[in-house]
Amino acid sequence: MIPAAFEYVRAGSAEEAIGLIGEHGEDAKFLAGGHSLLPLMKLRLAQPTVLVDIGRVTDLSYIRDGGDHIAIGALTRHMDIENSQLLRADVPLLAHAASHVGDPQVRHRGTIGGSLAHADPASDLPATTLALGATYVAQGPNGTRQIAAGDFYQGFLTSSLEPDEMLTEIRVPKMNGAGWSFQKFNRRAQDWAIVGVAAWRRNGDSGVALVNMGSTPVLASSVSTALAGGASIEDAAQQAAAEADPQADLNASIEYRTHLAKVLVKRALTEASN
Amino acid sequence: MEISVTVNGVMHTGNVEPRTLLVQYIREHVGLTGTNIGCDTSSCGACSIHLNGEAVKSCTMLAVQADGQNITTIEGMADADGTLHPMQQAFMENHGLQCGYCTPGMVMAATSLLGENPNPTEREVRIGLEGNLCRCTGYHNIVQSVLAAAGGAK
Repeated sequence: MIPAAFEYVRAGSAEEAIGLIGEHGEDAKFLAGGHSLLPLMKLRLAQPTVLVDIGRVTDLSYIRDGGDHIAIGALTRHMDIENSQLLRADVPLLAHAASHVGDPQVRHRGTIGGSLAHADPASDLPATTLALGATYVAQGPNGTRQIAAGDFYQGFLTSSLEPDEMLTEIRVPKMNGAGWSFQKFNRRAQDWAIVGVAAWRRNGDSGVALVNMGSTPVLASSVSTALAGGASIEDAAQQAAAEADPQADLNASIEYRTHLAKVLVKRALTEASN
Repeated sequence: MEISVTVNGVMHTGNVEPRTLLVQYIREHVGLTGTNIGCDTSSCGACSIHLNGEAVKSCTMLAVQADGQNITTIEGMADADGTLHPMQQAFMENHGLQCGYCTPGMVMAATSLLGENPNPTEREVRIGLEGNLCRCTGYHNIVQSVLAAAGGAK
């Protein structure tokens, strides 16, 4: 399968990339690792007229200690997140979730920024960064702005990024020893989750987010509210789908997804509490 | 667009349409057909090659993205005198192939895996090859082959 024809330009810096996108208008798209965009283009579900390749903007590939958070460059590959000693120590939930994205070949190419900007509710990292309360940094022609993960996801494959804005950094709060769990339920190893759960828990605080339980990644705040109010894990998990709006597909009915969410949240909270 | 790609140690310079997939480039422009196209949707791993030493799926990359980079395909694994790469030898000795269609991708993924984890357990091999499908379902001997190449089954 061959994508529809497009013009290809390569950017050497974020500024250049944003300039090129502005120049080419709304039908232009950023190309990072290409592991979300190219499959869509091959199926002709996406037909951008211009691709601005940001894959060589290597100064946006980094993982740094930012004090209370870890700052991750948007072009950092999944494999580098998975293997980062800094993330394994301070944000182990994210390092672990990254190791479940696709397969090793995909993780050698795919980037965290590309995955988040693609805003697929079935992807692992949008929900994981949402559960962790991450902040995303976007750069546009007029400078940078910070977007809370909770404000970023607007709908299916739709984020609050403007067409001429580029995700440049992801800031993930350190977990400070919180218990955590990542549950991914699928039928084959490399598949997207039928339902997934990213969760952490520390004393009365918790964060729980769901993969593939709606048109966006879903923050299951009712679960956290129940836990904060003293509910048992079993009772809190019953609230798993309170914020969700799951769809049926060939893998699962709405009822099955809702059931799975409760089971997986219970498993996640149990693991995160050990 | 003119690109220069080093494939198995030889630099190839030529013009490609930007939409040319890397696997097409390797098969049709460079003329190396050992890299197979299986699912064409980055699921099966038959098209796995090494990009700067790491396994990637060449059906999900554009040739222009490989401009200036180093690529190794299955044809680049054996020595010039025909001596097989230890992974190829291990696949042969352990019957790690049936129809053979997935084999080039399996060998490329497996060598990349051992580059990152030289002494994997059986489970680590199985997880490490999750991006490669064998529709003969010959996984048992494929895993044995990789363990043998790594220095003996555990």
